[in-house]
Amino acid sequence: MNDGSSVAWDEGESEPGAGALDVGGITVRFGGLTALDDVSLSAARGQVTGIIGPNGAGKTTLLNVLCGFVRPQAGSIAFEGKELTRLRPHQLARHGIARTLQGIGLFRGLTVAENVMVGANGSARAGFFAALFGTPWSDRDEQRLRRRAIEALDRVGAADLADDLPGELAHGQRKRVALARALVAEPRLLLLDEPASGLDEGELPEVGALIGELAGSATVVVIEHRMDLMMSICQRIFVLDFGKVIADGTPAQVQADPAVTAAYLGAERESAADG
Amino acid sequence: MTMLRHVAIAVACGALLLLLSYRLDLYRDLQFAEVAAEVGAVAGLTVLIGISGQISIGHGAFMAIGSYAAALLLLHQHWNIGYVIVASGLVAAAAGGIMGIAAARLRGPYLAGATLMLAVALPSLADKYQSVFGGDQGLSVSITPPAALGATFPLQRWFVWLSCAATLVLLVLLANLVRSRIGRSWRAVRDDEIAASLAGLNVARLQILAFVVSAACAGVSGTLYAMVTTIVTPDAFTLTLSIGLLTAAVLGGLGSLLGAVWGAAILVLAPPFLQDFATSHGFSSAVSSNVPIAAYGVVLIVVMLVFPAGIQGGLRRLLGPAAPVAAAPFSALRRHAPAREEKEEGTV
Ligand SMILES: Nc1ncnc2c1ncn2[C@@H]1O[C@H](COP(=O)(O)OP(=O)(O)OP(=O)(O)O)[C@@H](O)[C@H]1O
Ligand SMILES: [Mg+2]
Repeated sequence: MNDGSSVAWDEGESEPGAGALDVGGITVRFGGLTALDDVSLSAARGQVTGIIGPNGAGKTTLLNVLCGFVRPQAGSIAFEGKELTRLRPHQLARHGIARTLQGIGLFRGLTVAENVMVGANGSARAGFFAALFGTPWSDRDEQRLRRRAIEALDRVGAADLADDLPGELAHGQRKRVALARALVAEPRLLLLDEPASGLDEGELPEVGALIGELAGSATVVVIEHRMDLMMSICQRIFVLDFGKVIADGTPAQVQADPAVTAAYLGAERESAADG
Repeated sequence: MTMLRHVAIAVACGALLLLLSYRLDLYRDLQFAEVAAEVGAVAGLTVLIGISGQISIGHGAFMAIGSYAAALLLLHQHWNIGYVIVASGLVAAAAGGIMGIAAARLRGPYLAGATLMLAVALPSLADKYQSVFGGDQGLSVSITPPAALGATFPLQRWFVWLSCAATLVLLVLLANLVRSRIGRSWRAVRDDEIAASLAGLNVARLQILAFVVSAACAGVSGTLYAMVTTIVTPDAFTLTLSIGLLTAAVLGGLGSLLGAVWGAAILVLAPPFLQDFATSHGFSSAVSSNVPIAAYGVVLIVVMLVFPAGIQGGLRRLLGPAAPVAAAPFSALRRHAPAREEKEEGTV
């Protein structure tokens, strides 16, 4: 186990900055709607890669494809050179991939610590019969999982919430717990769907710093509408609009791209017309 | 330590029950044995619904499978009753596995319908294969107390001992499981399948496992029940029994093993009382024999509306410090159709 703050890449593996996640030519259609149209992007190791775009652009759908919830009509996904296209969602954890949900998705009947322990499930060693007979081995395994869960909660500054139920927490606290549940598996690829939505302005710098720190040990992909946050934490940003990548580059490049401004203005005009 | 703690509690309960079995008259002993026999099925069901979040309204079918397996083994193989109990549990577990595979693809009302069909259809097999299952006459189940207890040891008391011992073992194993990583994974799947699978849980496998465990409990319970009633017939496993098990689990408090004990006690002790009440108030026998199932319906609705944590939840609130009473177990009963789930999946 690493201490989480800084991790040396294994000898012989590629340097930070080299491609870790490669997504090529993904197309997804829902009936007549083309949610993703030949989307290609890559995320580099040790960097925070952002995906932005107006509502309904297909950002979450792209994560759903990466996680195996949605089967693309075309395209391929590779992480660290391994093909992922056929994986089922529960197999991701085993491949070092973790994701947080746009809607948080905490288990409401489990305490905060238990929620995070579920995320550490992949490292559990005791099996069904050890659990059935309540063996000391299974007890020790449980204690170890709990320790790891508390460590992960500590990293996101939520260790004091360990015994609360999610229903008792504030929105920002729930977001942290969901992040801890993803972190506890020590993922090498972390997919975050709107980690800052619903947070107060004051909470943003802390979240930004945390995400930056996570990139020290993982490839991080972030979807977020909070532009100021994205500009400060991302090394590279892809812009989706109507299922197509319309721009990509550094935050400054993307910000200066007229196509991006047009897409956001278009979306604004549309919603103004709707309202 | 989990095992030691649970075994210690079980041994203490066992000692109390042993004393109790000497204090009761033989008729009460028989009722006592019947309650103990039913506890296993209700406990398995309460774990299935309250912990793993899957519904079964045909759990009597697994009791039937266990009891027929036991009757056949006793009749043709003359096995020791201990082996018979284990074997019938395994047979029911296998059946539970098959149901579980179907269940892992079905949600809410569809799963309810499938389990209901199993309970309705299964008893008719006894008619179809009369030579094996004895048709309406059923199969007789006769066991005798071991000679070591003396020639005059009453059979009823032996039933109590066997039922209580087997049920306590079941409860200890279930308590271990519920408190373990497996139980936590079940609860995670119950609360949010998508988040659970993203956390690396194999949702389908956990759901099947819950059916296997739950059906094994029902199988053992069915065996004990057959032993106490000394016969297995198709009409012992009507839909009324399945609805009764469900009512007992809800009444005791979904997900609570102690609640299953209260629930089973009421399930066994209340119907004769209700029927007597109906008859003595001048209802015809056609009406009074339907009183239990009507009562189950009323009890289910009332408990779910006003007392959602059941008896055990109520006791906990009265006795303990304000423990969180999770409303979550009821999500199994409120689950929506697959079409809706898929849509939610798209917007995760
Ligand atoms: N399972 C599905 N079935 C049908 N249509 C879907 C499904 N999932 C997404 N869509 C549609 O695909 C489009 C892209 O949706 P998606 O959720 O990916 O957008 P998004 O970029 O994440 O938006 P937001 O910023 O609002 O979260 C939308 O029009 C949406 O209605
Ligand atoms: Mg989205």
